[in-house]
Amino acid sequence: MIVEFGHFALVLAVLVAVYQMIVPAVGAWRGDGRLMQSGDAAALTQVMLLAIAFAALTQAYVVSDFSVANVVANSHSTKPLIYRISGVWGNHEGSMLLWVLILAIFGAAVAVFGSNLPATLRANVLSVQASIAVAFGLFILFTSNPFERLSPAPFDGRGLNPILQDPALAFHPPFLYAGYVGFSMAFSFAIAALMEGRIDAAWARWVRPWTLAAWMCLTLGIAMGSWWAYYELGWGGWWFWDPVENASFMPWLAGTALLHSALVMEKREALKVWTILLAILTFSLSLLGTFLVRSGVLTSVHAFAVDPARGVVILGIMVLFVGGSLLLFGLRAADLKQGGLFAPISREGSLVLNNILLTVSCATVLVGTLYPLALESVTGEKISVGAPFFNLTFVPLMIPLLVALPFGPFLAWKRGDLYGAAQRLTFAAVAALVVAIATVAVYQRGPWLAPPAMGLGVFVMAGAILELAYRGKVGQVSWDEAWRRLTNLPRSVYGTTIAHFGVGLMVLGITATSAYRHETVVALKPGETVAVSGYVLEYKGARSSKGPNYVEETGELAVTRDGAPVTVLYPSKRLYDAPPQPTTEAGIHNSWRGDLYVALGDAQDAGGFAMRIYFNPLVRFIWIGALIMFIGGGISLSDRRLRVGAPVRARRREQGAAA
Amino acid sequence: MTRKQRRGILIGSSVLVLAVAAILTMFALKDSIVFFHTPSDLAEKKVQSGQRIRLGGLVADGSVKRGGGTDVEFAVTDTIKTVAVSYRGVLPDLFREGQGVVAEGVLEPGGHFKADTVLAKHDENYMPPEVADSLKAKGVKLGEGATHPGAGNK
Repeated sequence: MIVEFGHFALVLAVLVAVYQMIVPAVGAWRGDGRLMQSGDAAALTQVMLLAIAFAALTQAYVVSDFSVANVVANSHSTKPLIYRISGVWGNHEGSMLLWVLILAIFGAAVAVFGSNLPATLRANVLSVQASIAVAFGLFILFTSNPFERLSPAPFDGRGLNPILQDPALAFHPPFLYAGYVGFSMAFSFAIAALMEGRIDAAWARWVRPWTLAAWMCLTLGIAMGSWWAYYELGWGGWWFWDPVENASFMPWLAGTALLHSALVMEKREALKVWTILLAILTFSLSLLGTFLVRSGVLTSVHAFAVDPARGVVILGIMVLFVGGSLLLFGLRAADLKQGGLFAPISREGSLVLNNILLTVSCATVLVGTLYPLALESVTGEKISVGAPFFNLTFVPLMIPLLVALPFGPFLAWKRGDLYGAAQRLTFAAVAALVVAIATVAVYQRGPWLAPPAMGLGVFVMAGAILELAYRGKVGQVSWDEAWRRLTNLPRSVYGTTIAHFGVGLMVLGITATSAYRHETVVALKPGETVAVSGYVLEYKGARSSKGPNYVEETGELAVTRDGAPVTVLYPSKRLYDAPPQPTTEAGIHNSWRGDLYVALGDAQDAGGFAMRIYFNPLVRFIWIGALIMFIGGGISLSDRRLRVGAPVRARRREQGAAA
Repeated sequence: MTRKQRRGILIGSSVLVLAVAAILTMFALKDSIVFFHTPSDLAEKKVQSGQRIRLGGLVADGSVKRGGGTDVEFAVTDTIKTVAVSYRGVLPDLFREGQGVVAEGVLEPGGHFKADTVLAKHDENYMPPEVADSLKAKGVKLGEGATHPGAGNK
């Protein structure tokens, strides 16, 4: 009964979305305030109905209601509660429902917090947001309905793929979707601005926090996915340039560019047309990502539900929205007045460079992801584009970006002093040089590009800190004064510094682990040892045990370093009951030097196991860096200036006081 | 600096970055892509040895020799032709006889394939689409669910 209730709520939500798509926009067009206002109520109703639908589906999973086809296909009564809940979005139908729920939450946020927006803009934004909801709502109802019943109900479910039964992956999709869908806000605002033919700094002030929030979620979501792949897939790798990964990475790159260009628009009213275009492109890439992942047109190391009919529908939705918005852009972009002149060497100039490099690198990722598809449909040849392609195209574009990154914040708006910025960065450059030389001294092997890249990471990190010191005039004024200055800096400055620091840390991690990782494959019998990167691992033996829904074979390896015991690793192989599928649980020892990583392979005829052992130097910096970027974004988001509506309300109060 | 010059610099630098990226992409597409072949393709298209390719098909029944050290041997078949493959390392969890597999590596003279990467898909009844397609094209009848992995994941 609850399931039917959820189904009904979903149908109602789509109908409400149809209303919200049409009526507020008509109101804005006719200048009818009441019609425009009704959009707010519609947005709130829509989010409530979708929440009910989502709760109903969750309930079906929690109590294991096997009369629901979706629950049967993806859940099992022996599964722990957390994975029964994460199972809701661990499948196509449920995840699409989560997608529209998040979309509706963002729409409702406009209705709730948007009281300071011009009425017509708010109405149009709600309409555009609702149009996306209508498209995806119909998609769910007609091709991927999670509420379909199954009769007769089977005794038990088929279970969730065991490799997805993992804490990091349980929360990976919600964050990823919050990121994907969060960019719909920028999109809706862009379309609304084009419909009105008007755009100003207030527009950017509104769009930026939403873009930032979406960007933060996407950053964390991608990092979680990468972390999961690292320890769960047993390959010891953290990024495979897999089409499905690229699908989430492209909106991230475009979103990062959007974040920076919106800054220029907010501060200087320049780059208006470009920012609008970028907002459209970013969300288009989110839609493309959804299409690639959901349609299964691409071969991927990750497994996903594949259904061509669904793919065609999502492709249709994508063509409609991307094509329509670009058409509107082409018709109306010329109407937007350009403002804010700037010299090439200036803060604006540096942000333009950031945008050029990010969007072009995003384009190379797009080419690498779609080229196999295009080639196959034209010539029938099947190819795969992997890491070598991206190392040759994407990486060279990142180098100038990272070199330029620390300079940006040192340049003044309108006209900057490149020489002055370089002087202030001297210390960072020296630190970079020291680290590059130290890298050569320590490793004495590896690609020639690795030491400079390590230096580059340090350059970015030191540059971020120096910028803060420069703003606080540390060293130029008394400590008290410097402290006062530092504490008075707006939080967005700290946010920028912290996020950029995270980027540098990530570069260090990526470089070290890509260039200096040590890999060995051995077969060990009990009592045998192997030496890896200064560690000695002794295989003690294996034992079998039983978990809640799997049986497990666990190896035991005592790890010593210079004769002193370090740790004992327990890599294991699990065989799950439902579905019956083996997984590898790596044994990982973490230190600041890096990760010692052991994955069990085949049992040997002569006793013991084949194993794959890695030493991944500084690999954790990658995820710590992403986490720091997330935190930096959060601090920036808490800045007073960005807290929605603050400036406008203050102005109103002043006017009130004057009157 | 006039407005025109500023715009010139802006457009110039964009074009420069785009051009560099385009050249890099073209080089990369020429050199660092890997073609996918089935065992029959290897015979028909006369793929040269030493070239890096992806070999896809089913793991031939009874062909897997594992458990004798770190080297593993198996055969990939499309039920018409079969290619012997050797691989040093740990096979993925879902690797098993009769299932779809993609091996990446180099074809050696004499028709033996030396793989350095072996991919088996995460899903139980999943077959890499390119394997499913080419097997279908060769008229191999697939078990239910093989071409259509259906609901099951993510």
